[in-house]
Amino acid sequence: MAFFQYAAVAIFLFLITGFWSLQVENPQIYNEQAERNRVKSLPIPAPRGKILDRDGRVIVDNHSSYSLILTRENLKTEHLRTIAGGLNLDYEDLLQRVNRYTARPKYDPVIVKEELTPGDLSFVEAHRDFFPEMELIHAQRRLYPQNGFAAHVIGYTGEISEQELDEPDFARHNPGDVVGKFGIERQYNDSLMGVDGDRQVVVDNRGKTREVLAAKDAVPGKDLQLTLDLDLQAVAELAMEGKNGAVVALDPRSGEVLAMVSRPTFDPNKFAVRIKSSDWKEIADNPDHPLLNRVIQAQQAPGSTFKPFVAMSGLESGSIDDQFTVHCAGGASFYGHYYHCHLKTGHGAVSLHKGIAQSCDVYFYNVGNRTGIDKIAFYATQAGFGQKTGIDLPHEAEGVVPSSEWKIRNFRQKWYAGETISVAIGQGALTVTPLQLARAYMWLINGGLWHQPHLVKGGKYQDHSWPVSPDNVQKVIYGTWGVVNEGGTGVRAQLPGLDVCGKTGSSQVASNEFTRGKNSKELKDNAWFVGFAPRQAPEIVVAAFYEHGVHGQFAAPIVRDVLKAYFDKKARLAANAATRKPTGAETKIGSLLHFALPTPPERSEPHRAPAIEAALISSDDEEAEAPASRPLP
Amino acid sequence: MSRHLTPRDLDWTLLVISLVICGVGVLQIFSATRGTGWQDAWWKQIIYILAGLVLIWLTVIIDYHTLMHYVFILYGLSVIALLAVLLVGRQAFGSRRWIPVVGGFHLQVSEFVKLVIILLVARFLTDLKTEDLEARDMGKIAGLVAVPMALVMKQPDLGTALTYLPILVVGMFLAGMRRKYMTAMAAIVLLVLPVGWGVLKDYQKARLVSFLDPDRDPRGTGYQMIQSKIAVGAGGMWGKGVTKGSQTQLRFLPVPHTDFIFSAFAEEHGFVGVIVVLALYFVLIMQIVQNAQTAPDKAGMYICMGVAALLLFHVLVNVGMVVGRMPVTGIPLPLMSAGGSNVLSNFIMLGLVNNVRVRRFVN
Repeated sequence: MAFFQYAAVAIFLFLITGFWSLQVENPQIYNEQAERNRVKSLPIPAPRGKILDRDGRVIVDNHSSYSLILTRENLKTEHLRTIAGGLNLDYEDLLQRVNRYTARPKYDPVIVKEELTPGDLSFVEAHRDFFPEMELIHAQRRLYPQNGFAAHVIGYTGEISEQELDEPDFARHNPGDVVGKFGIERQYNDSLMGVDGDRQVVVDNRGKTREVLAAKDAVPGKDLQLTLDLDLQAVAELAMEGKNGAVVALDPRSGEVLAMVSRPTFDPNKFAVRIKSSDWKEIADNPDHPLLNRVIQAQQAPGSTFKPFVAMSGLESGSIDDQFTVHCAGGASFYGHYYHCHLKTGHGAVSLHKGIAQSCDVYFYNVGNRTGIDKIAFYATQAGFGQKTGIDLPHEAEGVVPSSEWKIRNFRQKWYAGETISVAIGQGALTVTPLQLARAYMWLINGGLWHQPHLVKGGKYQDHSWPVSPDNVQKVIYGTWGVVNEGGTGVRAQLPGLDVCGKTGSSQVASNEFTRGKNSKELKDNAWFVGFAPRQAPEIVVAAFYEHGVHGQFAAPIVRDVLKAYFDKKARLAANAATRKPTGAETKIGSLLHFALPTPPERSEPHRAPAIEAALISSDDEEAEAPASRPLP
Repeated sequence: MSRHLTPRDLDWTLLVISLVICGVGVLQIFSATRGTGWQDAWWKQIIYILAGLVLIWLTVIIDYHTLMHYVFILYGLSVIALLAVLLVGRQAFGSRRWIPVVGGFHLQVSEFVKLVIILLVARFLTDLKTEDLEARDMGKIAGLVAVPMALVMKQPDLGTALTYLPILVVGMFLAGMRRKYMTAMAAIVLLVLPVGWGVLKDYQKARLVSFLDPDRDPRGTGYQMIQSKIAVGAGGMWGKGVTKGSQTQLRFLPVPHTDFIFSAFAEEHGFVGVIVVLALYFVLIMQIVQNAQTAPDKAGMYICMGVAALLLFHVLVNVGMVVGRMPVTGIPLPLMSAGGSNVLSNFIMLGLVNNVRVRRFVN
C-alpha cells in the first residue's frame, strides 16, 4: 500500500507544480490574457460628412448599417469556411483578407462584411456562441444618388487599398478604413472622414457588453457644401441622357462650378462598400470608360470654340484689327496646301464679327497665319489652355497648347507654318478639356481674368489675370452673340428674352481622308458648344462636349437647357421673394431631385429613379428632353 | 452486528474533511452560477449532500460482506442498466448518459457502476486462493471490467469509462501481481502512453480527445483548456475573491460549476486556496488508505483501496485538466462539482469506506 501513498504524493506534487507555474510564476501573463478576454475595444465609426449642394440640399447622405468584424485574438481559421458560407462570402477571399492582417497588432479586428442583410444578422446572432470571434459593429454607410447622378463630381468611397496605404495622402489611415477614392470624396477625404471613436467595454464569452469602461466618441466628418446647383445639375444630366460627353457650368464671376456632368456614368453605390468583381469588370471593360470624368479628363481638339481666342490673340497682338477682312470662297491655299472652309460655297467677304458668327474657317486661317503660332499660344496660355485649372478634383488633365517651343521640346523639330493654319481653327495638336474651355470663356468675359474653378464653397482659390483691351473683348463677344442670334451656327441655343452668346465647335476625331468611306460612330466629329449669358454681364458659362455629336449645333441645345434652367430659377426666386409665397415651381424640380436622391439599398432595386424616368416619359420632344426647358407655370 | 452500530463508530475525520470540501464546492457553485440559468445549482447541491449523508448511513448499515455476496447480481443489473441507457437514455452534449428515474430526476448510471466495479474487483480478488495473481485471473477480472467500460465508452463517455481502470489496476497490484506483469504494465504505462502522447501535437491531442468524445466541446478543446489556464493563472497567489473572477463570471470558463469548478475556484481563491483544498483531498485519500490498512479483511482492504484509487484518479485527471496537464475529458471533481449522480456516488463510496471501518474490530 506504500506504493499507492507514494503515487498519491507524486500526483499531488505534480498538480501543485502546475498551479505554481500558472499562479505564482506567471500570474501577470494570465492576468493580461484575462483582461484581454474581458475588455474589448469596439470601434465607433465616425459618419462621413454629408455632401450638400449650394442651397444646402443633400446630395450624398449616410444610412445606418451593420458590419461584421472578426476579432483576431480568438479567430480560428477553420471557422472561416462556415462563416463565409453563412454570409454568402467567397471563402478564398475571406481567407486572404484575414491573412492580410497578419502583420497588424492582434487587437485590430478584420472587417469581414459590411451592409449586413437581415439574414446575415440572424446568422451572426445564431452562431455567436460557436464563433466568439464574430462581432457586430454599427456603421454609417454612404448613400449616393442613383443612376450615376453627379457621380463624377461626387466620386465614391471604398476600402483603402494596399497601394493607397503606402501613399502619403493616406498616411494616417489603417487597413480596413473606408476612404474617398475618386471625385470630391477623394479630394476632401480628410475633412469628410472624421475621426473614429471607440468604446472599452467588458464583454462576456458571447461578446455581450456587460459594462462600459470608457468611451471616446467619434468625431463626425464635416459636411461639405458644394457650389453645385442640384436644379442645374438635374437639367444637365437629363440633357446628356443617351449621349456621351460632358457638360460643365461655371459662374464666371467666381469660378464656382454650378453643374458638372460626364457621360457615360456609373453608379457610385456599387462602390460604396466593396465593389463586386462582376460590377467592376462591367465598368472597367466598358469601351466608353464610364469612370473617366470627361469634364476634366477628356483632352480633345476644341474646334471652332477656340476661334474667339485666336481672334483675341490677333487683336491683342495687333496682327489684325476689326476691319481686317478676307474673302472666303469655300477654302484657301496656304504653303502649298488647300484648306477647306466648313461652308463649301464660301462666306464671301468676312470680317471679325461675321468670321466668329458664321465660324468662317478661311477667315481664321488668315488670322492665324498673320498672328503666328507663338502669339496664339501665348494668349491661349493666358486664357488657361494647356494647364490644369486647379479644380478641386483629382486626376485632372492638362491639355496641349502647341507652340514652336513645344514642338522643339517634344519632337525636336521646327514648327511648320502650315501647322498654325490647323491650330487657328482649333485643330492640330491643340487639345483642351471641357473645363479648360469654360474657364477660357470666363477669362474672355472677365476681360482677361479667370478665377480658379472650384466645387467647394469657401476655399482659398487663385485668380489669374492678363488684362486685355475691353474693346477687343466686346468685339469678340459681339461675334459670339451673332453665333446664336444672327442665324449663326448656334441658333439652337437661342432663348427668348435673353442675350445668349456662344460658340459652336466640331472637331475631327481623325483626318477626313481617313474617315472617308467609313461611317462608324467612333470616327464621327465631336460636337462642342460653349454658351454664356446675359451678354452684358454674364452670370453663367456652360460648356458642352458631345462625343461624336457630329456638329456643334447639336451640342447647343444642351447648353440652352442649362442656361434656361439657370435663368428660370433666378426669375422664380425673384418672384417668390417679391410675393413671399412658398416656392411653387421650385419645389417641383426640388421634389424631382428628392426622388432621384438615394433611398436605402434594400429598396433601391429598380435602378432608375422614378422621377427622372417620369420626366423622360413625359417629354415628347426628342431634342428638348428636360422638363425644365418647357415654360414653367 | 448492526445493532451495535452508533454514529460514533464512523470515521469523523473523513466525514468532516469531505463536508468541508463539499462546502467549498457549494460556495464555488454559488459564485460561478450567479445570474445564469444554473443559479439554483448551489442549493440543489446542498440537498444532494444531505441526501448523501443519509446514503452513507444506509450504506454503513448493510455489511459489506452482504453487498459482496450479491455483487454478481449487481454487476448483471449494471450491465442491463448501461444497455438501457444506450437504448432509451436521455441525450445531452451529444452522448447518452442519463436514464430517467422517478420524480423527474435523471440518473447517470455510469457513476453508480463505479461502486459495483469496486465491489466486483474486491470480491474477485478476495475469492482468489493463490498468493500470486495469475495471468488467467488477470484476464478474467479485466474482462469483467471491460464489459461495462465498453458500454460506457459507447455512450460515448471516455472519461468515466477510464475511471474504472484505476480500481482494477490498484486492485491487481495489491493482489500480488507478479513482478514481470507489473514490470510489463509499468512499461506500458510509463513508456507507451507518455511517449505516444508526447509525440502528438497539441491539436492532435485535442482532436484525439474530441474524436473519442465528440460534441462535448463545440468550441474546441483547445479553447476550454486555454480559458481554464487563463482563469487559474489570473487567480495569482491570493485569488480575485468570491464572485470576482472575470473568467468565471463572464463565462469565458466553460462549465465553471461542474467540470471546471476547480479552475473557477483557483481564479477566485488563488494559489493559497488551491493548496488548502488539495491538502484536504490528500488527507481525505490518505485517511481512506489508513482505513484500508486497518480493514478487518482483504475484502475490506480492496474496497477502501478501490475507493482511494478512484478518488485519486478523479483528482488527477480533473485538476490536471484544469492546469492544462491532462486532456479535457470531462470527468467531475469528487465532492465539489455540481451534479446529483456524482455527489451521491461519492457519498456511497464514503459509506463503503465507513462500512469497512465500523467493522474493523469484528472477528
